[in-house]
Amino acid sequence: MDNNFDILTLLKEKFSSEILSSETTFDMLSVTVRSASIFSIIEFLKTDPKTEYNFLTDICGIHYPDNELPLGIIYHLHNLRENRRIRIKTFVPLDKPEVATLTSIFSSANWMERETFDFYGILFTGHPNLIRILNVEYLDFFPMRKEYPQEDPTREDKDNRFFGR
Amino acid sequence: MPVKDPHIIIQPEDTDKVYTTLNLGPTHPATHGIFQNILTMDGEIIVDAEQTIGYIHRAFEKIAEHRPYYQVKPLTDRMNYCSSPINNIGWDLTVEKLLGIKTNKKIDYMRIIIMELARITDHLICNSVIGVDSGALTGFTYVFQEREAIYEIYEEMCGARLTTNLGRIGGFEREFSPLAIKKIRDLLERLPGVLREFEKLLMRNRIFMDRTIRVGQISAERALNYGFTGPNLRAAGVDYDVRVMNPYSSYDDFDFVVPVGTQGDTYDRFCVREEELWQSIKLVENALENMPEGKHHVDVPEIFLPPKEDVYSKMEALIYHFKIVMGEIEIPAGEVYNAVEGGNGELGFYLVSDGGRKPYRLHFRRPSFVYYQAFPEMIRGSVLSDAILTMSSMNVIAGELDA
Amino acid sequence: MLSSNSSYNIVDPPDGYSSPGMFATRLDKVVGLARSNSIWPLPFATSCCGIEFMATMGAHYDLGRFGSERLSFSPRQADLLMVMGTIAKKMGPIVHQIYEQMAEPRWVIAVGACAASGGIFDTYSVLQGIDRVVPVDVYVPGCPPRPEQIIDGFMKVQELVANEPLRRRYSPEYRALLEKYGIR
Repeated sequence: MDNNFDILTLLKEKFSSEILSSETTFDMLSVTVRSASIFSIIEFLKTDPKTEYNFLTDICGIHYPDNELPLGIIYHLHNLRENRRIRIKTFVPLDKPEVATLTSIFSSANWMERETFDFYGILFTGHPNLIRILNVEYLDFFPMRKEYPQEDPTREDKDNRFFGR
Repeated sequence: MPVKDPHIIIQPEDTDKVYTTLNLGPTHPATHGIFQNILTMDGEIIVDAEQTIGYIHRAFEKIAEHRPYYQVKPLTDRMNYCSSPINNIGWDLTVEKLLGIKTNKKIDYMRIIIMELARITDHLICNSVIGVDSGALTGFTYVFQEREAIYEIYEEMCGARLTTNLGRIGGFEREFSPLAIKKIRDLLERLPGVLREFEKLLMRNRIFMDRTIRVGQISAERALNYGFTGPNLRAAGVDYDVRVMNPYSSYDDFDFVVPVGTQGDTYDRFCVREEELWQSIKLVENALENMPEGKHHVDVPEIFLPPKEDVYSKMEALIYHFKIVMGEIEIPAGEVYNAVEGGNGELGFYLVSDGGRKPYRLHFRRPSFVYYQAFPEMIRGSVLSDAILTMSSMNVIAGELDA
Repeated sequence: MLSSNSSYNIVDPPDGYSSPGMFATRLDKVVGLARSNSIWPLPFATSCCGIEFMATMGAHYDLGRFGSERLSFSPRQADLLMVMGTIAKKMGPIVHQIYEQMAEPRWVIAVGACAASGGIFDTYSVLQGIDRVVPVDVYVPGCPPRPEQIIDGFMKVQELVANEPLRRRYSPEYRALLEKYGIR
């Protein structure tokens, strides 16, 4: 817990205006930052000897349709030496869902960002190959956004009466 | 990237060269699973590879947003289907973390037995398939018998062989039956002999060593940068194991070795998995010997299905049964990241709950997905047959890759 | 020729008329007998069911007992396409292409709930049953089916193969069926 607090003060010193909020849930520090500075913050967290979050665990997207900035990107970083984890969140608007890519500092970010683009349509500026990864190329929507249904829309054999609809 | 073989020299700057394009996959007898690699070849040497994945993308994360919590578990089965119980229990642990449920030692030890058995099946498949790809089918048939025995143990515990759906949020559906325990003991007695035989067949086999040493090498720095975890990272020399780093399910009660390699090549990956098999056997043995007394589930009536006879005779149990089965249990809001050491590495569950009956967002951190992207870098400059070996030694599971 | 007291099992002869030194039966019965006991399957394993298929081929269950020792990984020589596992929409055209590459006569088993109907994955990305792209002869339910079930499905195919009339593949009904799936 102490460590988490230290990192937070360090981040606040360095990027005071960019940190929007922070909380600690289940022993993991979670920081929400402005999307414009995501690259510099994560680069700082990776390279600074005091923080040294040298392992990118995960990138994923999230969609809150009612929020002002509906699309979110969530990064999980891990300091393997001291075994500390941190979660960085940032939110972008629907009409300009752009955020800088991390591919230049983490090779693993490549596919994770492509997956996030595939599911949520978040554009990672500077990404070397931002195309769909899991879905078919001709898919014309971003399936994980909340407004799209889970079910196969081409299916005709489902009788609504039997599904309580 | 060092050249693997002294008499193979590649000069990428030589632009007059004509390269061949070779399409490997999506369905190819040599690849285990559905991935496509479009290889640019200079003769038999791979110059570059371009991967296409997603051939069995099943939209787990979308389905999970439409299912009550306990119904998410069958999805996790089908992710890494070589070691489904680890996925099952990983999901249980995630929800328990969110709910703040503390399990007793008995449940923890039961879980360790299941998870380590699953790890044994996972590594047995991977290692025997490395043997098959290097031309030794015999080992595969040996160890498949034992894997079959582990499936019978699963069957005794939950009724299913492969997609187990084992355990529940808050414990287990039932105790291990005496027959299951007997089968585990039989297995523990038999497996070391089989493993020794299997190792004798391959580990110091000249042909196998020539085929695998310094094939598909990756350095520790690159492996970390690519997000490697699990046996593949340990083969490169980093001793990161979630079981030790963030002990869950009372793994800290046990004494076991985390094997590491030095070269990060196919042979090291094989050896690390082999050693992990021995450690898993030891863990199962210890957990079985030291199994404490206790109940097989936590007392959380609103999460854990009541026994059937209570449902028929007690009002409360009936209500809970109805609510659980109809998915009307509300889970407190919060977000949690929980990781377990899966067969292939850190299997993470990022769960966001908005206080409703279904997960608001569930993201699986699938180890195969993260590290498979390093494949082109690992095979560049090697021959095609080595690329096949590299792929099987990475143990990429298509279901986990594509989610 | 195996003697009658050999420990090997040989298949029963088809119905016919026999007397010392001769045996008369229908040609299609003989062809069916030969075909049904030497089916070369093409395992098209995509996910979980593929692992159960490995067990089916393994020593414990041994599909080789039914004359299918030899897996044909090339569609050109295969008689039976065994589709095991989820087929996503991205994969659909590939299944179709593989079926087209197979030579007549050809049979298809859909092993597992996913291949048969999409299974639990009723989602935007999963093909709801491979019978949307290729004609299927036998469906094996289960998620995944046990090896015994896969073998049972296989024996059902053997039955179909043994009893197929010789001219079935030339009939207008069969052509219409292929036409429906857009297979040349």
